Amino acid sequence: MHAVVSCKNVKKVYKQGAIEVIALADADLTVDEGDFVCLSGPSGSGKTTLLNIIGGLDTPTAGEIIVADNRLHTMSKSQLAEMRLHHIGFVFQAYNLIPVLTALENVEMVMQMQGVAKHERAQRARQVLKEVGLEGLENRKPPELSGGQQQRVAVARAIVSNPKLVLADEPTANLDSKTAENLIDLMRHMNTEHGVTFVISTHDPRVMHHAKRNLSMVDGRIVA
Amino acid sequence: MGATFRLAWRNLWRNPRRTALTMCAIAFGAVLLIFSIGLQLGQYDMMIGSNVRIYQGLLQIQHLGYLTDPKIRSSIPNILALTQQVRDRTGLKNISARANGFALVSSAKRTYATAVVGVESAHEQRVSTLPGLVKQGRFFSADNANEVVIGAALAKNLQVALGDELTLLGSARDGAVAAAVLPVVGIFESGNVDLDRSMIQIPIATFQDVFDMEGHGHSIVIFEEDFKKAALFKSQVIQALGTQAELVVLTWDQLQPGLKEMIDLDYSAGWFMYIVLVAIITFSILNTFLMSVLERTREFGIMLALGYKPFNIGRLVMLEALILTLFALAIGIAIGVAINAYFYHYGLTFQGMEEMAKIYNLPASIKPQMSVNAILSGPALILAFTSIAALYPAMRIRLLSPVEAMRKI
Repeated sequence: MHAVVSCKNVKKVYKQGAIEVIALADADLTVDEGDFVCLSGPSGSGKTTLLNIIGGLDTPTAGEIIVADNRLHTMSKSQLAEMRLHHIGFVFQAYNLIPVLTALENVEMVMQMQGVAKHERAQRARQVLKEVGLEGLENRKPPELSGGQQQRVAVARAIVSNPKLVLADEPTANLDSKTAENLIDLMRHMNTEHGVTFVISTHDPRVMHHAKRNLSMVDGRIVA
Repeated sequence: MGATFRLAWRNLWRNPRRTALTMCAIAFGAVLLIFSIGLQLGQYDMMIGSNVRIYQGLLQIQHLGYLTDPKIRSSIPNILALTQQVRDRTGLKNISARANGFALVSSAKRTYATAVVGVESAHEQRVSTLPGLVKQGRFFSADNANEVVIGAALAKNLQVALGDELTLLGSARDGAVAAAVLPVVGIFESGNVDLDRSMIQIPIATFQDVFDMEGHGHSIVIFEEDFKKAALFKSQVIQALGTQAELVVLTWDQLQPGLKEMIDLDYSAGWFMYIVLVAIITFSILNTFLMSVLERTREFGIMLALGYKPFNIGRLVMLEALILTLFALAIGIAIGVAINAYFYHYGLTFQGMEEMAKIYNLPASIKPQMSVNAILSGPALILAFTSIAALYPAMRIRLLSPVEAMRKI
């Protein structure tokens, strides 16, 4: 199986004044294509930092990161942005949709940046919104959608351009249990039916229950 | 509508009150500039028009070097025939010949040194308003009449009235003494102190006789209302003159460089004030631009995370500023043009201006200029300044890190 993510001895140290805080300490991780990995651990264990580094949103202090055959630790800001645009989808805890755009436009925006033709991106966005169960709500703006519906739009936005990897940071944290279950089912469905690779940081046991692999993090290390 | 334009447009209306207020500030600035620049240029038009109309004319044909060194011998031969030739060849009607000299002018009580101008009695009123400004008496009856018309201030200084005789004593073209005794038939009051105090006019044939000019004169004055077409008329006149290397055709600004310089200086000072005004407006707008960017830091972080480059987001911010400015300027231009059109039609009059205008044969009101320059140069200045102002928040986006930005509330 081809590895989508490969992290070797990844270290991240933050400086808070004179004090050095080790967020990641020699973290090693390999994620294969089609995997569904859950990273769990207490707050401050380094889950979000690791996701940010895998996503090219943050740079490691040391170590080697390869995502979709891109050696992230050698890339410029602009190259990282390009890599994120074409290979990675993000789902955030707080949905993070653009409030002035409709659900359809939020899903379309990544494709627009990719240069996908207007007609094609509208068609694909409608298709994905239908798959995540939001048919008929395409023209609603985020404030007119429930939390669960907004997170579904975020998932649709993350997967619409067929990225190699979707990184989800606490995606169910703000959702009620039923909505969370639905979202987990949706992501699992995307994983099994479309082969989308997921790396999810979570405290939610229901998400861990559906994972193909569960990894725990403690003090910046992956322990199991 | 492009997706980026749509996003920019909607971003603008997130805070409608703030956007509307900013647009009002820009539109108000544009209205103020259009009105001020239009009025300023209108005033210059009036000044130039009055100067051209009162005596100097739009163009003058002179002997080469006469402007800088006005010697009586630097003259144009057969001036009346040449004047008629220019009239015939150009089709322009408002053309008149003049001859200029200096003389000691004495009344029974006093003597003053003044300029003596010989004019064509039938044509002078076509190139100058002075014949119409004769407040006492009349203008000349014929080109060879032994008559003199003098300025009101000079008449007062010489203590002469209509019918009194003046003795002229000067130097003729050949160096001999030029002398004549002429009765005052008219006293003009132009409002121009220099003309009223130090010039007398006599018929051109009389001048040629007294100063022994042998048919020579010094200038052929051409008047046309539209002074902006001076260059066009000049080329027509040059063509009509044919090959006469010793003659030059001078436009109003060459004839009166002082007036041109004064206008240029005043215009520059005006522009300094406009730039200060626009800078003040820009600082208030910069605050708005900056606020709208700072409050969306988190959103920009999301966009960066999704793969937008800082350049793309910076461009979006610039587009928002451009849309806002252009809309506001469109409103400002519409209002500004409407105001200027009203005053262009009805004129802008100040207290006492009409009375002054009647006395001195001037326009009774100022009309703002309605040119493209008058209307668009102010808004263009605002557009340039606001674009520079929008650059700062747009450049700040380059410094954003997606992770840090997404942490902002």
